[in-house]
Formats: sequence, structure tokens, C-alpha cells
Amino acid sequence: MATLQYREMRGNDVAYWGAVFACGLVALAGLGVALYMRMHGHHVTGMNNQIVWGMPHVFAVFLIVAASGALNVASIASVFGKAPYKPLARLSGLLAIALLIGGLWALVLDLGRPGHLLAAVLYPNFRSIFAWNIYLYSGFLMIVGVYLWVMMERRLAHHVSTVGTVAFLWRLALTTGTGSIFGFLAARSAYDSAVLAPLFILMSFAFGLAIFMLVLMAAFAVEGRVIGARLMGRLRALLAVFVAAVLYFVLVYHLTNLYIVGRRGIEAFVLMHGGIYTWLFWGGQIGIGGVLPLVLLLRRVPAERYARSLALASGGVVLGGFAQIYVLIVGGQSYPLQMFPGMIVRSSFFDGVVHPYVPRWPETVLAVSALAVSALIVLLAVRLLPFLPETLKDEAITPAGEAHEAPASLAVHP
Amino acid sequence: MSDKQKGDTKDEDLWADGESGHAPDAMRRRILAMAGSAIALTLVPGVTLFARDLQGKRTTKGADKGPVRYGLLIDARHCQTDCDACVHACQTYNGLSGKDGPDHAQWIRKVTITDPKTRFTRSFPVMCQHCADAACVAVCPTGASFKRPDGIVLVDKHRCIGCRYCLMACPYKARSFVGHTLTDQKPWAPRGKGTAEGCTMCVERVMKGRVPACVEACQKTGHKAMVFGNLHDPKSAIAQKLADVATTTIRADLGMGPSVHYRGI
Repeated sequence: MATLQYREMRGNDVAYWGAVFACGLVALAGLGVALYMRMHGHHVTGMNNQIVWGMPHVFAVFLIVAASGALNVASIASVFGKAPYKPLARLSGLLAIALLIGGLWALVLDLGRPGHLLAAVLYPNFRSIFAWNIYLYSGFLMIVGVYLWVMMERRLAHHVSTVGTVAFLWRLALTTGTGSIFGFLAARSAYDSAVLAPLFILMSFAFGLAIFMLVLMAAFAVEGRVIGARLMGRLRALLAVFVAAVLYFVLVYHLTNLYIVGRRGIEAFVLMHGGIYTWLFWGGQIGIGGVLPLVLLLRRVPAERYARSLALASGGVVLGGFAQIYVLIVGGQSYPLQMFPGMIVRSSFFDGVVHPYVPRWPETVLAVSALAVSALIVLLAVRLLPFLPETLKDEAITPAGEAHEAPASLAVHP
Repeated sequence: MSDKQKGDTKDEDLWADGESGHAPDAMRRRILAMAGSAIALTLVPGVTLFARDLQGKRTTKGADKGPVRYGLLIDARHCQTDCDACVHACQTYNGLSGKDGPDHAQWIRKVTITDPKTRFTRSFPVMCQHCADAACVAVCPTGASFKRPDGIVLVDKHRCIGCRYCLMACPYKARSFVGHTLTDQKPWAPRGKGTAEGCTMCVERVMKGRVPACVEACQKTGHKAMVFGNLHDPKSAIAQKLADVATTTIRADLGMGPSVHYRGI
């Protein structure tokens, strides 16, 4: 195996700066909308006292979960010693940082008092998983920053394994913390489950790898760089395992709820008569996000179609992931609180009724701007620093002595 | 030459000797030091004020052992379905809009429950239950949701960042988020756009020896459906009543220890 070479992305200047400009504009729009929400109050959004968390939280949680998962590729290389993943490690770390910052962007700008955020640092209440998460998120950014540094500074290369292990353990804690935001909520039927923490970890594996693949393939396609078919084959199998694991945990979560008599109401709501949530669950989460990717990834296809199937499957996992988090966060709030189980409840405060949620433009712009922020960070970083390997041809990244049963390298086309 | 003059000369020399390689570094260090000092001077007073505030009596733990714990007993048998005097009194006293939209705050509301099998129906007020181990207090990342030693759960508007995690966590839907610009606030019930809020048990009235506005309004109607008092004082009317008759709390299974008790539900 030759020494790995990394190179900044060059690409088409007009297209590149156009993309940077567009992302910057959307990010600015998010900032403007946050200011608008702060000035007029959150009543300008579709969120209210019934649906407390909406679109910004769906996007934020998706990005935060995906961020920890995006780091997995680097962990596979430096913690589990799989050499073929090593060339991907830098991009993996960069995406982890970019996605987390994007997620936090939506989360923080949606706060009622974003200017008071310092209070969370000065007066942390360590009984709150939210307070823990503030440290988990900021710690993650620092650790992955150091991880990237030791990966990119050859004189520090001997620290990669140690820092990588710390980052891997930290990311497990981070996703556990994110899942526990919901898992610790005893009041609501859809949450209050220890399964949510491991489910979130598996979701992060799948969402993170899917986004990683989309970004990698897009960057390589633009640059005309090559990804080896053998590596593609490995990544296809890896994504299939992650998607299957998510489906397994989703099954366990729903079976547990169905077994608990008091939870059958929320199950019937999500699985059968929850309207948009039922559609999103079966069509989005299970269909597009689970079954479709599995079919695409497990079906035997010629090596030259690996890229296509992987790109489609990754797209499905991302869309299904958004659906899954929407069902969990918004659907979970839409179903009424069970204050008096078994009773018909009504009040002026919408007790006992399913709460509708129609996202309005301010929170939708804010949510989408989180994606723009992540994209902007990636775009600028790959141009400034050598994150992307020159090539991912199999013969360039596979250690000498490993079997070469896979077909020759293939160029990725958009 | 005075120190100041020496310093001035040195500065000039630094600029003049810009090509030596050392001068710009020294200049950069000075600028960084000045910037650092400016940041420190800006932050220190605020941080000190915050830190002093930490000395205040507040807790996030489920303390239920003090000599005073204020609570309510609501007798749903006496609460009339068509009466909402308690709700109006709360709105008027605390300066709430009284609007029923999903984005308007409701600190207290009348809830009607019906058993679908027997048609048994009751109507009664629900507000913050001022739990001993309150979920809103536990989940609040900044400690803005806090519990006073007398059991009253409040929100510190200066600390609240508006994350709404307390609204997610409360099993009673007792918290509201202020999503509108506020007008006509009452000095005794400060509110804040972008912050969470809920029933304060009319803490300033209680401190003056009065009962909460809702309880007073209920007493005026003659329905006698609400009793307020110190749960930990065996001589208080509420403690004696609780010792005498069977009562319950809403979602007692969650073990949060509400200080609002109900009879007849």
C-alpha cells in the first residue's frame, strides 16, 4: 500500500462558490428568522404549548445523532484497526463536527432566550440530561478537533489510536445522552423507555454513515476521484447491518410498548390511526428508511452499480431518519398526556385531544438553515485543508497481503 | 524620562523596528493582552453577580422535610362544572390574557373527566402540582425551575433559556411558554417572553399570610371546593382534612409527590 495522499478539493470555481454563497444565504436566513422569532415571540411559529418542540428540534436531533454516527468511519479505522477505512477518517471527523454544529445551530437559535445560554454553563443542574448534553456536545467538538489534528499532523500520528478511542467512547456517551432526553421523560407515553438510548446509538450509526457516503460520493464525483469497488462493497454491507440493527431496535421498542397495557394507546396511534404520523412511520421510517435500503444494499448487483445502490440507499436512510425523528418528537407530543388513564378528558387547554402541528415558515427556515450551516462548514473545510484522499482505489488503500477478490476500481459518476 | 514616556518610546520603536521579526510579535501580544483584559472586565461583574445569586435558597432536589410545605386540597365533589371562578381569579390577579388558544398560557384550567363505562363525571381545577420531586425541576438544565424550601415550585425568569424541556417533562401540562409580547404585567407576577412559567401558588400573597387568588375566589362562590395551607402543620385545616378523608393525587404512580391533593376523583 502506497503512502496515502490527501489533497484539498479544487473543483469548479463557479459551482463551488455558488454553493458556498447559497449555503451562506440560507444560514443567514436562519439567523434572521431566529431574530424575528425572538422579537415577535414563538407564536409566529407552529409550535405552541401543546406541540412544544417542532421542526427545529427534528432537524437538530437528526443532525446531532448523525454527527456522532459520522465519526464511526474514523473509529473503525483507528479503534478497530481496519486499514481500508483509514483514508476516510479525516472526512469522518470533519462531518462529525459540521453536523453537530448544524444541529446545535437550530437548537440554540430556537431557544426562547438564546442570549441567556451562558446560564446553562454557569448554573448547570446535573440532574438534567440537558445540562450533561451541553458538556457532551462541547467536549465532542474539542475531542474530534484534537482527533483531526493528530490525524493530519504526521508527527503526532502515534496518538491517533488513543485519541480515537476517547472520541469513540465519548460519542457513545453523547448519543446515549441525546436518546435519554426522551428516554427520561416519564410523563409521556411515547418516551420513557431505556430502549431509546441504544436505539439512538444505532440510528446514529445508520444516519451518520448514510450522510458520510452521500458527501464522499458527491465530492469524489465532482473531483473525478476514484472509489474502489471493494471499499464500496464493504460500506454497502456496513450500512445494511446498521439499517437492520435500527429496525431490530424499533421492533423491540414497539413490542415492549404493545406488551405494556397502558402503552397500547400510543402504539395504536402511531401504528394505525395517527394520520400523518402513521404514514410517516410505515412509509417513511420503515419503507423508505428501512426496507428500501436493505433491498438495495443486500441485492446482488454488478460492482459497477455499487455506487448507485449505495447512494440511493443512503438517501433513503436520511429521508427515513427524518421521518423517524419526526414521528418520535412531534408524534410523541401530539398524542395526549395520560393524566387520567381510561377516562375521557377535556379542558380549555386541549387535554385529551390529539394536537395538530403545522410547521410554519419561520421554524422551517431555521430548521433548513441548520443543514446549510453543516454544508457550509464542510464546503469551506475541504477547500482549505486536505481532508479528502487523492484516491480510494482498492489497490491504494488495501494493505499488502489482503486478498484482492474484488473487481477493479470504478470511477463514481454523479 | 517617566515610565509613561518610556512606554511611549518603546511603542514607537516597535513600530519603527517592524522588520526585526520580534516587534510585531510583541505588539500582537500587547493587543491580545488588552483584548483579554477587556473581555475579563466585561465578564467579571456579570459572573460575580451570577455567583452571588447562587447563595440564594433554592433546591433542585426533592426536599419534603421542612416545617412548611404549602399545598392544596381540591374537593371535586363540590366543584361545579359550570364554575370557573378560580380560573378567572388567577388570570386577573396574575395578568394573564385569558385567551384559550394553544399558544396562550394557562396556569390553571378546569378539567372535566368522564368514565366512558359508567358516565361518572367530575370537573375540577388542575394547576402546577408543586411536586416534592418535580420533573420540571429535575430536567431544567440551568436550575431556573426550582423549588423553594416551603415546597412552592417557581421559574427564575433570569435563568430560564426557553428550552421548554420542562413543558415536555411535566405530567400535568402545568407549564406554559410565553410566545407573545407581554403587556400589562403585574408587579407581583413578573413574566418573560421566551420563558416558561406556571402557577406560583400566588407566592407573594402567601408570604403576606393570604391564600392564593384561586382559593379566595372559590371561597367567595361558597362552593368550598379548595383548601389551602401548610401540609406539614398538623394543626392546619388542610393537614387535618387529609388525615381524616381519603384523597389522591394525579398520576400518583409517577412518585413525584404532588402537594395538590384531590378528593372525589
